[in-house]
Amino acid sequence: MEYIKAFLVGGAICAVVQILLDNTKLMPGRVMVILVVTGTILGALGIYEPFTEWAGAGAGVPLTGFGNALFKGVKEAIDKEGFIGIFKGGFTASAVGISATLIFSYIASWFFDSKMKS
Amino acid sequence: MPENNRNNKFKMIGKQSILFHNPPYIIGASSIAGKKEGEGPLGHLFDTVWEDPLLGQDTWEDAESEFMRQAAEKAIQKAGLSDNDIRYLLAGDLLAQLIASSFGVAELNIPFFGLFGACSTMGEALSIGSILIDGGFADKVLAVTSSHFAGAEKQFRFPLDYGNQRPYSASWTVTGSGAVVLSDQNSNSNGPSIRIKGITTGKIVDYGIKDTMNMGAAMAPAACDTIKTHLEDLNLKPDYYDKIITGDLGYVGSDILIDLLREYKIDVSSNHMDCGKEIFDPESQDTHAGGSGCACSAITFTGYVLKQLREGNWKRVLFLPTGSLHSKVSYNEGNTMPAIAHAVVVEAE
Repeated sequence: MEYIKAFLVGGAICAVVQILLDNTKLMPGRVMVILVVTGTILGALGIYEPFTEWAGAGAGVPLTGFGNALFKGVKEAIDKEGFIGIFKGGFTASAVGISATLIFSYIASWFFDSKMKS
Repeated sequence: MPENNRNNKFKMIGKQSILFHNPPYIIGASSIAGKKEGEGPLGHLFDTVWEDPLLGQDTWEDAESEFMRQAAEKAIQKAGLSDNDIRYLLAGDLLAQLIASSFGVAELNIPFFGLFGACSTMGEALSIGSILIDGGFADKVLAVTSSHFAGAEKQFRFPLDYGNQRPYSASWTVTGSGAVVLSDQNSNSNGPSIRIKGITTGKIVDYGIKDTMNMGAAMAPAACDTIKTHLEDLNLKPDYYDKIITGDLGYVGSDILIDLLREYKIDVSSNHMDCGKEIFDPESQDTHAGGSGCACSAITFTGYVLKQLREGNWKRVLFLPTGSLHSKVSYNEGNTMPAIAHAVVVEAE
């Protein structure tokens, strides 16, 4: 059941993004920033965390989840260390995700090459 | 077609045109194409079609250089010449600093002028090459240009590895290279001789379009300006030509061009042709907006247009590839896309 929820929620978020890409002139970079900022705002409003508990990876994996993670990280850091937390919190929260992405992509580049589009 | 006054020191005519006293001959031409182009409606007309988009090289850029090298060699060979018969080589491509051209033609050891005209480069190269020959500055000139889908995506949009979705309105950069050998003398082969009678050099035209996904709209005004000026300069009507051929306006851009010209009471609806529409079949090849890139007009011209002229199906064409002169930097800084179209009068006699 959790798999189905994750699938449907994650898919719904991606479908909204696809609609934006197909029907607006928004560039992909702008759409990604919209997702992250939306997640951050919904996190700050206290909506995204309960949403993630219900939907699991379906809410955690899309970029909105990343926005929420940034919010949580910055909030914790401010609570613990005050003003400086604004600068520290985001990096601490996202460090694992970003590092993993870089490391795995690099390893993948050892085995795979660019392919032409057909 | 007005006769040029041979007593006149200048060969200028009108505002932007030239009529040559000794129109150069096209004595050889080549087209080297990629897999998708080979599978298109003109595929059977290209000299060589390569399945491997890397041509055995390590990078897309080196592959494009190899396409260009092959096109240059093939055209020289088909003209019955060798590399050191060519006085000047004029070449350009879409990559920053024209690296595809420079690396591609270096080993040919031919005096080299690099050109940038974006997708209008073949028109620009044929124009300048013709000026060099008619002016008595060269006897044989080679005009080459190339483009590569993967290299262009990396240069202007995103590297293919990024997995970005391309909108349906984006045009498909043609992978390949086309080359033309111009000479002051006719070749010995049979059939009609094909000559460049004159040129009309384009001005940069900017209607304020900023959308890189709608290049046809950005370039159509430039094509309109060049066609209108050409017809005025030479006192011609559009039906003088069997075909008026633009490079890569695509479906949307072609419609815009016909509408723009109509406002000047010029009707090209019956003889306008666009290489971007001819080179791919949009239904089966999923290339919705049409082909683009320097090679689009180049290999359509060398593979298809010259064949029609040689076989007597057409006698006179106006070949005017269009180019958009933006860069990734200018686009990201919020600038518009200025465009240009260089026209070449090609006639079979």
